Amino acid sequence: MTPLVTASRTLKPLRLLLYVAPLVLLLLLVPYLMAPYQAYLLSYGLIMAIAALGFNLLMGYTGLLSFGHSAYFGVGAYTAALMVKYLHVTSMELFLVGGLLATLVVTALFGFICVRHTRIFFSILTLALSQVLWSLAYKFFWVTGGTDGLRVPTPSLLAGLVRATSLSYSGKIISYYYYVLACFLLSVALMWVIVHSPFGKALQAIRDNETRASFIGIRVQRYRWYAFMVSGLFTGLAGILWVPLNGLTTPDILWWPFSGKIVFFSILGGFRSFVGPLLGAVAFNYLETYAISATVYWQLVLGGVLVLLVLLMPTGLVGLLSRLAFVWKRAT
Amino acid sequence: MSLLRTEKLHKSFGDTHAVDHVDFLVEQGEVLSLIGSNGAGKTTLVNLISGLLPPDSGKIFLQERDITFLSVYDRIKAGLARSFQLVNLFDQLTTLDNIALAIFARQEKTRQLTTLAENDDAVTHEALDVLDAFGLQNRWDMLAAGLAQGERKLLDVAVAYALRPRLLFLDEPTSGVSTRDKARIMDTITAVVRAGHITAVIIEHDMDVVFTYSDRIVVMHEGAILADGTPDAIRANDEVATTLLGKPATG
Repeated sequence: MTPLVTASRTLKPLRLLLYVAPLVLLLLLVPYLMAPYQAYLLSYGLIMAIAALGFNLLMGYTGLLSFGHSAYFGVGAYTAALMVKYLHVTSMELFLVGGLLATLVVTALFGFICVRHTRIFFSILTLALSQVLWSLAYKFFWVTGGTDGLRVPTPSLLAGLVRATSLSYSGKIISYYYYVLACFLLSVALMWVIVHSPFGKALQAIRDNETRASFIGIRVQRYRWYAFMVSGLFTGLAGILWVPLNGLTTPDILWWPFSGKIVFFSILGGFRSFVGPLLGAVAFNYLETYAISATVYWQLVLGGVLVLLVLLMPTGLVGLLSRLAFVWKRAT
Repeated sequence: MSLLRTEKLHKSFGDTHAVDHVDFLVEQGEVLSLIGSNGAGKTTLVNLISGLLPPDSGKIFLQERDITFLSVYDRIKAGLARSFQLVNLFDQLTTLDNIALAIFARQEKTRQLTTLAENDDAVTHEALDVLDAFGLQNRWDMLAAGLAQGERKLLDVAVAYALRPRLLFLDEPTSGVSTRDKARIMDTITAVVRAGHITAVIIEHDMDVVFTYSDRIVVMHEGAILADGTPDAIRANDEVATTLLGKPATG
C-alpha cells in the first residue's frame, strides 16, 4: 500500500474522533447542564434520529425513497404495547427483543414485495403497505385499542437494575435519557460501520449504477431486500424506544404523515450525508415542539420551512453548515 | 476447444433482426475485434452473451457449458465480464472503491456488514495494483465522477478486469476520447489483458485501433457475420471494403 493511502487511512479515525468526542461529551452532560424537560425533549429527538438513520440507509445509500417507514416504527411500538397488554412484560430489554423480531418479520415480508420495484412504484408500494397496518391498528380496536391506543408504563431498564418505581419523576426522565442515548450511540456506530462495510459499498454501487452493480456480480434485488430489513430494524428500534417515553401508542404513528415526517428529517438535515438525517431529526423535533407551543398554525410553519428548504437549501442543514465552514476557512 | 461459441443466436426487435442466427466463436487468449456499421448488431450480440438481453432463440456456450439462460450473476461467476459503450461507473465512490468493490464481489465478501471495507488490506493492495496497471494510481482517492473522460474509460475497463474474467467484452473503449488518448488507452488495455492471459472481445469503430491491436476481426452487417479473419485478411476482403470501409471493390 502506498504511504499516502496508509497515512490517509490512519488519520481518518483520528479526525472522526476529534468531531465526535466533544459531541458525545455534550450529550452526556445534558441532564447536568439543562432542566430535565430538555433531556426529555432530546430523548424524543434522539429516538427520531435513530428512525432517520434507518430511513437513510434506503434513501441516501441505496437510492430508494420509502414512504412507509411509519409501518416499522409502528410495529416496534405496537409490539411493545401488546407485550404489556397480553404478556404483562415490564422489561425494556424484552421489549427490544420482541419488537425487533416482529419488525424483522414485517420488513422481510414488505421488503420482499417492494424491492421488486424502484422509483415511484417502490415509494407507492411502501406507502400502501404501511396503510394496511394503519387500518388494522385503527379497526381491530379490541386488540389495538383503536384510536384510544395502548398504554405503556415506564419499564424497568437493564434487566431490572433500574426500576421505574424506585425513581423520582426527573430520575425516570434522566435514566431513560441515558438509555436512549446509549441506544442512539450504538445505533450510530453500527450504522457507520454498515455504510463503510463491503455491504454498504455494494448498496452505494446499486444507488449509483444498478446495471453496473449487477455486472460486477452484486445481486441487486437481494441486496435491496437486505437493506430494506436493516433499515426497518433501525426504525423499529426507534418505535420500541419511543413508546415508553410517550406512554401511549395510537394509530397516528402508522399513518402516512408520520412516514412523511421521517422523510422530512432527511431533507431538513441533508440525505446526501451520514450526519444529515440525525441532525434533521433532532432539529425537526425542536422545531415542531416550539412551533406547536407558539402558534395554532404550526403545520403552516412546518410546511413553509419545507418549501424554503427545498428551494434554498437542497443539501439541507449539513450542506449549509459545510458551506459556512468553507466560507469561514477561506476568510481566515 | 473454443472459449465461447454461439449457435444460431437470434434476437429481433419488432421486424428488425438485430442478431440473425449468428454462429460466433472466440478462441482462448486472443484479442478479437467486433466491427460493423451502426446497427450491425455488435452491441446486441454482446448484450445477449453477457445476459443483459434474453435471446429469442439459439444457444451460448462458455467452454462448452450452456450459459444461455444463466443469470447475469452466474455468467459473471462463470468468467464473463464487460465494460459499456457509455461509461458505467459508481460515480459517488472513489476510484479505489470502484475497483475494491469489484474485488469484494468476486470474493463474495459484499455480504459483510460489520467490517470496514478499508480495513481489508489484501483487497486494498490488489485494488491499488489494478489502478497501477491502468495508470490510475494517482487518482485513487478521487470520486469516479471527477475523472477525465479517458480516465473514466480506463476505470470502466479496470472494474471489469478486477473481476479476473476469462472473457472480457469491451464495448467501444475509446469512444469519446482524443486521438492521442486512444492509443494510450488501447496500449494500456491490451498490455494488461495480454499480461493477464485474458481473452478480450473489443467492439470498436476506429479502424486504426482495430487493425493495430487485434489478433482477429469479425465483421457484422445487418445482424449477421459478414467476414471473419486476421487483420490482413479483413483488409484484403472486397466485400468488407465496400460495405464497411466504403472503398470500391478491387475486382
